[in-house]
Amino acid sequence: MTSASGVVANSIRNKLQTALETTHLDVINESYMHNVPKGAETHFKVVIVSDKFDGLALIKRHRLVNEILKEELKNGVHALSIVAKTSKQWEESEKTVESSPNCRGGFGK
Amino acid sequence: MNTLLRRSFLPVFNNTFRGSCRSFADAAINEKIDKIVKNNKVVVFMKGVPDAPRCGFSNAVVQIMRMHAVPYVSHDVLSDENLRQGIKDYSNWPTIPQVFINGEFVGGCDIMLQMHQSGELVEELKKVGIKSALLTAEETKKEMEKK
Repeated sequence: MTSASGVVANSIRNKLQTALETTHLDVINESYMHNVPKGAETHFKVVIVSDKFDGLALIKRHRLVNEILKEELKNGVHALSIVAKTSKQWEESEKTVESSPNCRGGFGK
Repeated sequence: MNTLLRRSFLPVFNNTFRGSCRSFADAAINEKIDKIVKNNKVVVFMKGVPDAPRCGFSNAVVQIMRMHAVPYVSHDVLSDENLRQGIKDYSNWPTIPQVFINGEFVGGCDIMLQMHQSGELVEELKKVGIKSALLTAEETKKEMEKK
Protein backbone atom coordinates (compact mmCIF):
# COMPACT_ATOMS: atom_id res chain seq x y z
CA MET A 1 0.00 0.00 0.00
CA THR A 2 1.62 3.22 -1.10
CA SER A 3 0.87 6.61 0.30
CA ALA A 4 -0.62 9.12 -2.09
CA SER A 5 1.13 12.20 -3.35
CA GLY A 6 -0.72 15.33 -4.38
CA VAL A 7 -1.27 18.79 -3.00
CA VAL A 8 -4.12 17.79 -0.72
CA ALA A 9 -2.59 14.46 0.27
CA ASN A 10 0.64 16.22 1.25
CA SER A 11 -1.20 18.81 3.24
CA ILE A 12 -3.17 16.10 5.06
CA ARG A 13 0.03 14.20 5.79
CA ASN A 14 1.90 17.24 7.08
CA LYS A 15 -0.90 18.40 9.33
CA LEU A 16 -1.47 14.98 10.88
CA GLN A 17 2.25 14.38 11.34
CA THR A 18 2.76 17.70 13.11
CA ALA A 19 -0.35 17.69 15.25
CA LEU A 20 -0.35 14.04 16.29
CA GLU A 21 3.36 13.16 16.19
CA THR A 22 2.42 10.01 14.32
CA THR A 23 4.57 6.91 14.54
CA HIS A 24 2.89 5.47 11.46
CA LEU A 25 0.87 7.34 8.86
CA ASP A 26 -0.74 6.34 5.59
CA VAL A 27 -2.64 8.79 3.47
CA ILE A 28 -4.45 6.87 0.76
CA ASN A 29 -6.24 8.61 -2.06
CA GLU A 30 -9.33 6.53 -2.80
CA SER A 31 -10.85 9.04 -5.19
CA TYR A 32 -10.30 6.75 -8.18
CA MET A 33 -12.95 4.45 -6.70
CA HIS A 34 -15.54 7.15 -7.12
CA ASN A 35 -17.35 9.09 -9.76
CA VAL A 36 -14.82 11.95 -9.96
CA PRO A 37 -12.29 13.16 -12.58
CA LYS A 38 -8.95 11.37 -12.88
CA GLY A 39 -6.36 12.69 -10.45
CA ALA A 40 -9.02 14.11 -8.12
CA GLU A 41 -8.32 14.42 -4.40
CA THR A 42 -11.77 14.05 -2.91
CA HIS A 43 -11.89 10.69 -1.12
CA PHE A 44 -9.21 9.72 1.36
CA LYS A 45 -8.44 7.07 3.88
CA VAL A 46 -5.95 7.82 6.62
CA VAL A 47 -4.27 5.27 8.84
CA ILE A 48 -2.92 7.07 11.87
CA VAL A 49 -0.89 5.61 14.68
CA SER A 50 -0.25 8.06 17.48
CA ASP A 51 0.08 7.89 21.23
CA LYS A 52 -1.92 11.08 21.44
CA PHE A 53 -4.94 8.80 20.99
CA ASP A 54 -4.17 7.08 24.26
CA GLY A 55 -7.17 7.23 26.58
CA LEU A 56 -9.43 8.76 23.94
CA ALA A 57 -12.63 7.01 22.88
CA LEU A 58 -12.95 6.26 19.18
CA ILE A 59 -15.33 9.11 18.50
CA LYS A 60 -12.98 11.57 20.21
CA ARG A 61 -10.08 10.35 18.08
CA HIS A 62 -12.15 10.87 14.96
CA ARG A 63 -13.27 14.29 16.11
CA LEU A 64 -9.64 15.24 16.73
CA VAL A 65 -8.66 14.18 13.21
CA ASN A 66 -11.66 15.97 11.68
CA GLU A 67 -10.66 19.10 13.54
CA ILE A 68 -7.05 18.95 12.31
CA LEU A 69 -8.27 18.48 8.73
CA LYS A 70 -11.08 21.01 9.02
CA GLU A 71 -9.93 23.13 6.08
CA GLU A 72 -9.45 20.17 3.75
CA LEU A 73 -12.89 18.85 4.63
CA LYS A 74 -14.40 22.24 3.91
CA ASN A 75 -12.58 22.59 0.60
CA GLY A 76 -13.09 19.60 -1.59
CA VAL A 77 -12.32 16.54 0.54
CA HIS A 78 -15.69 14.98 0.98
CA ALA A 79 -15.00 11.47 2.20
CA LEU A 80 -12.52 10.70 4.93
CA SER A 81 -12.21 7.23 6.33
CA ILE A 82 -10.20 7.11 9.52
CA VAL A 83 -8.26 4.35 11.23
CA ALA A 84 -6.90 5.73 14.49
CA LYS A 85 -4.80 3.55 16.77
CA THR A 86 -2.26 3.95 19.53
CA SER A 87 1.13 2.34 18.89
CA LYS A 88 0.24 -0.46 21.29
CA GLN A 89 -2.99 -1.19 19.42
CA TRP A 90 -1.14 -1.01 16.11
CA GLU A 91 1.47 -3.50 17.26
CA GLU A 92 -1.25 -5.87 18.42
CA SER A 93 -3.21 -5.53 15.18
CA GLU A 94 -2.51 -7.24 11.90
CA LYS A 95 -1.31 -3.93 10.50
CA THR A 96 -3.51 -4.29 7.48
CA VAL A 97 -6.42 -2.10 6.64
CA GLU A 98 -9.43 -3.17 4.63
CA SER A 99 -10.22 -1.12 1.59
CA SER A 100 -13.26 1.13 1.67
CA PRO A 101 -16.63 0.08 0.29
CA ASN A 102 -17.37 0.58 -3.38
CA CYS A 103 -19.03 3.72 -4.56
CA ARG A 104 -22.72 3.48 -5.34
CA GLY A 105 -23.23 6.48 -7.54
CA GLY A 106 -23.34 9.51 -5.28
CA PHE A 107 -23.95 12.72 -7.12
CA GLY A 108 -20.84 12.73 -9.24
CA LYS A 109 -19.00 15.02 -6.91
CA MET B 1 -28.24 59.22 -8.70
CA ASN B 2 -30.68 56.43 -8.80
CA THR B 3 -28.08 53.90 -9.94
CA LEU B 4 -25.59 55.17 -7.42
CA LEU B 5 -28.11 54.73 -4.65
CA ARG B 6 -28.99 51.31 -5.85
CA ARG B 7 -25.37 50.27 -6.06
CA SER B 8 -24.50 51.39 -2.59
CA PHE B 9 -27.70 50.40 -0.93
CA LEU B 10 -28.65 47.13 -2.54
CA PRO B 11 -25.59 45.09 -1.59
CA VAL B 12 -26.01 46.05 2.04
CA PHE B 13 -29.68 45.28 1.93
CA ASN B 14 -29.09 42.00 0.15
CA ASN B 15 -26.43 40.86 2.55
CA THR B 16 -28.41 41.66 5.66
CA PHE B 17 -31.54 40.14 4.25
CA ARG B 18 -29.84 36.98 3.08
CA GLY B 19 -27.89 36.73 6.29
CA SER B 20 -30.92 36.81 8.50
CA CYS B 21 -32.80 34.44 6.22
CA ARG B 22 -29.97 31.96 6.41
CA SER B 23 -29.70 31.96 10.20
CA PHE B 24 -33.47 31.60 10.39
CA ALA B 25 -33.29 28.56 8.12
CA ASP B 26 -30.38 27.18 10.16
CA ALA B 27 -32.37 27.42 13.36
CA ALA B 28 -35.34 25.74 11.71
CA ILE B 29 -33.34 22.81 10.36
CA ASN B 30 -31.53 22.46 13.67
CA GLU B 31 -34.83 22.19 15.48
CA LYS B 32 -36.14 19.72 12.92
CA ILE B 33 -33.08 17.46 13.32
CA ASP B 34 -33.27 17.72 17.08
CA LYS B 35 -36.85 16.45 16.96
CA ILE B 36 -35.99 13.61 14.58
CA VAL B 37 -33.12 12.26 16.66
CA LYS B 38 -34.92 12.65 19.98
CA ASN B 39 -38.18 11.07 18.87
CA ASN B 40 -36.59 7.93 17.44
CA LYS B 41 -34.32 5.41 19.10
CA VAL B 42 -32.11 4.89 16.07
CA VAL B 43 -31.74 7.35 13.20
CA VAL B 44 -29.48 7.12 10.16
CA PHE B 45 -28.75 10.11 7.95
CA MET B 46 -27.49 8.69 4.68
CA LYS B 47 -27.12 9.13 0.95
CA GLY B 48 -30.02 7.39 -0.75
CA VAL B 49 -32.50 5.08 0.95
CA PRO B 50 -31.91 1.72 2.70
CA ASP B 51 -33.14 -0.21 -0.34
CA ALA B 52 -30.93 1.82 -2.67
CA PRO B 53 -28.02 3.50 -0.91
CA ARG B 54 -26.11 5.91 -3.16
CA CYS B 55 -22.79 5.72 -1.37
CA GLY B 56 -20.70 2.77 -0.25
CA PHE B 57 -20.28 4.13 3.27
CA SER B 58 -24.03 4.59 3.67
CA ASN B 59 -24.56 1.10 2.30
CA ALA B 60 -22.15 -0.35 4.86
CA VAL B 61 -24.15 1.22 7.70
CA VAL B 62 -27.41 -0.13 6.25
CA GLN B 63 -25.89 -3.61 6.07
CA ILE B 64 -24.76 -3.45 9.70
CA MET B 65 -28.25 -2.36 10.78
CA ARG B 66 -29.72 -5.21 8.77
CA MET B 67 -27.42 -7.78 10.37
CA HIS B 68 -28.53 -6.69 13.83
CA ALA B 69 -32.15 -6.31 12.63
CA VAL B 70 -32.30 -2.83 14.10
CA PRO B 71 -35.51 -0.88 13.52
CA TYR B 72 -34.45 2.61 12.47
CA VAL B 73 -35.57 5.76 10.75
CA SER B 74 -33.52 6.89 7.77
CA HIS B 75 -33.22 10.26 6.10
CA ASP B 76 -31.81 10.83 2.62
CA VAL B 77 -29.57 13.91 2.63
CA LEU B 78 -29.33 13.89 -1.17
CA SER B 79 -32.98 14.80 -1.45
CA ASP B 80 -32.64 17.78 0.89
CA GLU B 81 -29.68 20.14 0.58
CA ASN B 82 -30.69 21.94 3.81
CA LEU B 83 -30.57 18.68 5.70
CA ARG B 84 -27.26 17.72 4.09
CA GLN B 85 -25.56 20.81 5.50
CA GLY B 86 -27.77 21.01 8.58
CA ILE B 87 -26.86 17.57 9.89
CA LYS B 88 -23.14 18.32 9.56
CA ASP B 89 -23.58 21.48 11.62
CA TYR B 90 -25.84 19.79 14.15
CA SER B 91 -23.41 17.02 15.04
CA ASN B 92 -20.25 18.96 14.15
CA TRP B 93 -19.25 16.01 11.96
CA PRO B 94 -18.14 16.61 8.36
CA THR B 95 -19.28 13.46 6.60
CA ILE B 96 -22.33 11.31 5.82
CA PRO B 97 -23.56 8.74 6.95
CA GLN B 98 -24.30 9.66 10.55
CA VAL B 99 -25.91 7.41 13.13
CA PHE B 100 -27.81 8.58 16.21
CA ILE B 101 -28.87 6.33 19.07
CA ASN B 102 -31.21 7.71 21.73
CA GLY B 103 -30.69 11.27 20.49
CA GLU B 104 -26.95 11.01 20.70
CA PHE B 105 -24.55 11.09 17.78
CA VAL B 106 -22.67 7.79 17.72
CA GLY B 107 -20.52 8.03 14.63
CA GLY B 108 -20.15 7.45 10.92
CA CYS B 109 -19.34 4.35 8.92
CA ASP B 110 -15.89 3.65 10.41
CA ILE B 111 -17.12 3.86 13.99
CA MET B 112 -20.21 1.74 13.32
CA LEU B 113 -18.06 -0.90 11.68
CA GLN B 114 -15.67 -1.01 14.63
CA MET B 115 -18.52 -1.06 17.14
CA HIS B 116 -20.04 -3.92 15.20
CA GLN B 117 -16.76 -5.85 15.21
CA SER B 118 -15.99 -5.24 18.88
CA GLY B 119 -19.49 -6.15 20.07
CA GLU B 120 -20.01 -2.68 21.45
CA LEU B 121 -22.96 -2.10 19.13
CA VAL B 122 -24.88 -4.99 20.68
CA GLU B 123 -24.36 -3.38 24.09
CA GLU B 124 -25.38 0.10 22.94
CA LEU B 125 -28.55 -1.29 21.38
CA LYS B 126 -29.32 -3.21 24.56
CA LYS B 127 -29.18 0.05 26.51
CA VAL B 128 -32.05 1.45 24.47
CA GLY B 129 -34.06 -1.76 24.60
CA ILE B 130 -33.20 -3.17 21.18
CA LYS B 131 -32.08 -6.75 21.09
CA SER B 132 -29.63 -7.39 18.27
CA ALA B 133 -30.50 -10.28 15.96
CA LEU B 134 -26.88 -11.42 16.31
CA LEU B 135 -27.41 -11.83 20.04
CA THR B 136 -30.61 -13.80 19.49
CA ALA B 137 -28.82 -16.05 17.00
CA GLU B 138 -26.01 -16.66 19.47
CA GLU B 139 -28.43 -17.57 22.26
CA THR B 140 -30.31 -19.99 20.03
CA LYS B 141 -27.05 -21.64 19.11
CA LYS B 142 -26.09 -22.06 22.77
CA GLU B 143 -29.51 -23.50 23.56
CA MET B 144 -29.09 -26.03 20.78
CA GLU B 145 -25.68 -27.02 22.09
CA LYS B 146 -27.07 -27.58 25.59
CA LYS B 147 -29.68 -29.98 24.21
